[in-house]
Amino acid sequence: MGDLIYLKENLLIAWEGIVSNKVRALLTMLGIIIGIGAVIAIVTVGNAMADSVSESMSKLGVTNVLVALQNKNSTDIGLSFLSGSLTESDLISDDMIEKYSELFKDNIEAISLSNVGGAGQAGDGKSYANVTLLGVNEGYETANNVSMLEGRFIRENDLKSRRYVAVVSDKFVNNLFPSNPDCLGKEIKIDTSGSIQTFTIIGVYQYEPPMMATSVAASDKELRTFLYIPISTVNMITSADEGYLAITVNSKSNINMSKFSTDTRDFFNAYYTKNPKFEVSAISLDSMLSIVSDVMGTLSVAVSVIAGISLVVGGIGIMNIMLVSVTERTKEIGMRKALGARNLSIQIQFIVEAVIVSGLGGIIGALLGFGLGFIGSSLLGHPKFPSVGIIVISVLFSMLIGIFFGFYPANKAANLEPVEALRYE
Amino acid sequence: MFESGLESSEKAELNDLNYTMYMRKIVKSFYTGTPHELEILHSIDLFVKKGEFVSIVGQSGSGKSTLMNIIGGLDRPTSGKYLLEGVDMGKLNANQLSDIRNKKIGFVFQTFNLIPRSSALRNVELPMLYAGVGSAERKTKAQELLAMLGMRNRMNHLPSELSGGQKQRVAIARSLANDPAIILADEPTGALDTKTGRMVMDIFHKLHERQKKTIILITHNDTLAEETERILTIEDGHIVTEKATEKIS
Repeated sequence: MGDLIYLKENLLIAWEGIVSNKVRALLTMLGIIIGIGAVIAIVTVGNAMADSVSESMSKLGVTNVLVALQNKNSTDIGLSFLSGSLTESDLISDDMIEKYSELFKDNIEAISLSNVGGAGQAGDGKSYANVTLLGVNEGYETANNVSMLEGRFIRENDLKSRRYVAVVSDKFVNNLFPSNPDCLGKEIKIDTSGSIQTFTIIGVYQYEPPMMATSVAASDKELRTFLYIPISTVNMITSADEGYLAITVNSKSNINMSKFSTDTRDFFNAYYTKNPKFEVSAISLDSMLSIVSDVMGTLSVAVSVIAGISLVVGGIGIMNIMLVSVTERTKEIGMRKALGARNLSIQIQFIVEAVIVSGLGGIIGALLGFGLGFIGSSLLGHPKFPSVGIIVISVLFSMLIGIFFGFYPANKAANLEPVEALRYE
Repeated sequence: MFESGLESSEKAELNDLNYTMYMRKIVKSFYTGTPHELEILHSIDLFVKKGEFVSIVGQSGSGKSTLMNIIGGLDRPTSGKYLLEGVDMGKLNANQLSDIRNKKIGFVFQTFNLIPRSSALRNVELPMLYAGVGSAERKTKAQELLAMLGMRNRMNHLPSELSGGQKQRVAIARSLANDPAIILADEPTGALDTKTGRMVMDIFHKLHERQKKTIILITHNDTLAEETERILTIEDGHIVTEKATEKIS
């Protein structure tokens, strides 16, 4: 016990040892620094990613079910790339959707259909704005939380009559009619891949920046926004196939989502039993979130394994350097024993030294992880600090590594014969 | 019968003469890997009274160092009896031997053996640290000892910042820290020039005369040995001569 009371002295002795060999101590710590730093940074960034994803998802709407074609026997869940040639008969048809909405009318709030009609410029002859032409149906508004500022969204009649009407963003209005924002009823010319069509503006919606921006427009002037027109009109312009690769079903909010997803999938797959290549998947936000959390889980396990390996390597580094240190200080150990140090005192001295090295490595690593995690999560738009808990745990864990890997060298030092040790040159 | 007779005579000697150190028939042999052992010390008898200044003289290979290690409790005799202030050193375990070295023996080495990373003061504190002396008391005592040896202005220097003579003075201060029964000095002037060596010897004389310390000086230098009260010459593992000098008072 007497030996433990003088822990403070041991700390001082160990500190003297470390300070006299700073570069070596720092190199020894490196494995621990990297391991701990990586864990904390990745966990912090992971949390930010999870936040960002769930925020995006809830913007998409909690009650949406995405119905999409996929290859048969596909191992991917959801959103996979389709392979093999696709003909019109493989697509989800209007007929299927009609029967589906009839059968599940108690569960369905809206069905959203969309089809990209190309990107281009829209103008009134004087100025222009960049747009992506998106053919939509009346259900798109609800399913995608489009918030209207003026006028109205695309309606069923627009689709039936294949009208040349458009719903534009407020940014679009700013670009095209900066002086006279009252633009409802105005005509615009849209140039897509050579053909020019004239549309009448029937509504203005509020522009929402994308959740995870992949590229940033140079200015508001260059910003490309969606220009919504009836999907039937788009199909006519582009002479696209009748049918859809994917539809979004917006369900009523009080239903069992997973059962509804399963029922939806089964309904559509009934049409695909004889199709050799394709079937339909139905994914709700719930299942998407669980996919995301599965991915995150796998990722953090992988990171933990890598960090664990780094920590073990760091620990071996500490053991190695401690063994060198014991050999170097054989004479000193002999002298300490001559002066009356018990084996336990010597052992504690070296373990304390190993723990200080590994603990310092842990603290530096935690600070590094703290900084990197903050920077990384800020880049994702969700600045986060790692929790105090994880920092404390990782520093304690690195100290434990010091004890574990310092034990053998310390034992070796403690068991040196004083006569042999004193004779060592 | 013979054995028990010896036991009682040992006790009588201890009581009557008040030996600080009592060695009887000490044998040390080493296993060399072959069935034949290498015997370094052959039945050494050695008695040192309290307050004596004794020198042990011998050439290298004479067994002098082995004897010193046994006296210092760094090594154990293969057979024989060794009592230090009445404590039977043969019956102690490693930790008890550590405690004896700590409290009853003050080592002074030829190569000083100071901890290079610690100041003079902390080097002197070290034996007291291992003895469990509190921090404030340690510091005061170490300062006193260093001051006594004329090292007041060098207390916070590292060994590398000290001259050989200064290092040896720190080492002597350290050997005195726990007020030991004997000071065991192994060639203390061996690494010093004549003048500095002289100064170190003067320190030992002062410790002996003024503070009545018991000192065992191990040396191969006959001139230095002549300054002590009694010279034991060791040769091939035997004490061949034992000579009292006129120094005895």
